Amino acid sequence: MKTEYKIIVDLIEGKTRVLDVGCDDGTLMESLKKNKDIDARGIEISKDKVQTCVSKGLTVIEGNAEFDLKQFPNDSFDYVILGQTLQAFVNPEIVIRELLRVGKKAIVTIPNFGHWKVRLNLLIKGTMPITESLPNNWYNTPNIHMCTIKDFVKFSKIIKFKIFKSLALTNKNISNINNSNLFYKNLFAELGIFLIEK
Amino acid sequence: MNVKENIKILVIKKPLKLDCGKTINNFPLAYETYGSLNENKDNAILVFHALTGDQFVTGINPITKKDGWWSYAVGPNKSIDTNKYFVICANVIGGCMGSFGPSHKNPDTNKIYGTDFPVITINDMVNAQINLLDHFKIKKLFSVVGGSMGGMQVLQFISNYPDKAITVVPIACTSSHSAQNIAFNELGRQAIASDHNWSDGKYLSNNTLPDKGLSVARMAAHITYLSKKGLQEKFGRKLQERDSLKFGFDADFQIESYLRYQGSVFVDRFDANSYLYITRAMDYFDLVKQFDGNLSHAFKKTKAKFFVISFTSDWLYPTQENKDIVIALNAIGADVGFVEIKSDKGHDSFLLDVPDFLKTLKNFLDKSYLEI
Repeated sequence: MKTEYKIIVDLIEGKTRVLDVGCDDGTLMESLKKNKDIDARGIEISKDKVQTCVSKGLTVIEGNAEFDLKQFPNDSFDYVILGQTLQAFVNPEIVIRELLRVGKKAIVTIPNFGHWKVRLNLLIKGTMPITESLPNNWYNTPNIHMCTIKDFVKFSKIIKFKIFKSLALTNKNISNINNSNLFYKNLFAELGIFLIEK
Repeated sequence: MNVKENIKILVIKKPLKLDCGKTINNFPLAYETYGSLNENKDNAILVFHALTGDQFVTGINPITKKDGWWSYAVGPNKSIDTNKYFVICANVIGGCMGSFGPSHKNPDTNKIYGTDFPVITINDMVNAQINLLDHFKIKKLFSVVGGSMGGMQVLQFISNYPDKAITVVPIACTSSHSAQNIAFNELGRQAIASDHNWSDGKYLSNNTLPDKGLSVARMAAHITYLSKKGLQEKFGRKLQERDSLKFGFDADFQIESYLRYQGSVFVDRFDANSYLYITRAMDYFDLVKQFDGNLSHAFKKTKAKFFVISFTSDWLYPTQENKDIVIALNAIGADVGFVEIKSDKGHDSFLLDVPDFLKTLKNFLDKSYLEI
């Protein structure tokens, strides 16, 4: 299982209700169910992946986070997870607000556009960066709102949500992000993982 | 349709108060079963049929000698695996495959009911069928499954009997019949009523049959079960056994011939008055209104696990109407999964060989069964 998923599983308290937004093939949901006795639900936009989830016995609805989070009442989940998809939404602000309305807490992970390889890529080549975690060209990428770890921290102040815990993933190593190391983490981390609250 | 020995009948003695106000008792409910009930009696699935279906879900229908209406989905090793599950299906009341319906005789007058038969509803249908659980001494069904009108019965069933099923699978259906749905049904009913042979519903006493009207009703309805794309691909503008247009009103096009055929075979197996009654029951179906405008309240009392399935090309009960059910369930934190299956086969997709659908239904049931 991806390190990212292991971190998320560790962040979540057992026996809680979790909604995985963009649950993909259900790998994370399965692990949450198995290891933490979680009542897990998923939303997934791809029909094939929904069908895969069903074949694993997972409760998943086909849908789009931007439109389909509406149907869930306030605080209906203990955690809502949004893994590496915030950058793909037309309006990330609404999505964050919806996550925190539906869930008491949310876990948001973002591919860090501030990573040095991304910066170097743009600086040297002068073209939109293509890396392992961002493999698409500018014209066919689903990622229309890329941000850096620093951007996300700033975003929390602008739209007023609390970052309860922030972790950086660098070469499969996990570390805490704080104010004093933000510059470095923003340069070296591939992924930022944030536990946030209203 | 007089091969009565092939039809299993449960006579329901308990009075059933219908939505129309009348009470019926000692009435027959025709049913069929497949597979076997296990010792724990925890493997039973109640399947509800659609408008023109019957209790003969799979295998050869002993009355029509054709394949059962859900042969693709139900049978050994199929989506609803009869090696594993005990499948029960009843002919709806108002129907014409042995259950109490308008072609039966009124014991009070000794005349065939015709349109004197009480108007029945989806609610009445499931309230009649709940008696099957007592009959088989089943405390709780593993699943209730049905498509189209069968799906409406699924929704009504779990709303009426919230602790009687572990899983609930409404397919290609709606919680409230739309104006368009009612309009198409009315078209069918008017086709029947305007057939001279219908004789205000007394055709059986007169030894006539409103074949023409019923056949037109079926033709019109059949179009609504298919998608534009599906029709175009299958028939396009292909001509029927001719090289050029004949400049007349014979069936020049294959689609015309196909529809005429569908109409003509339908009248051999279906009763026109039943068609009126069952379409009426569908039109009256409005679970939203039953719960004062809040569909969520219909499911408040149940802990069942739902799985809603719709089809991309179904314009009769489109995805959004199926999704409304999902939304109502999510609003109360119910356990609900949902998928829209990609298919060009229109509303009929659930009856046909649509592998993604069949696989998904099987996976849902088999995985859920492991968890009980």
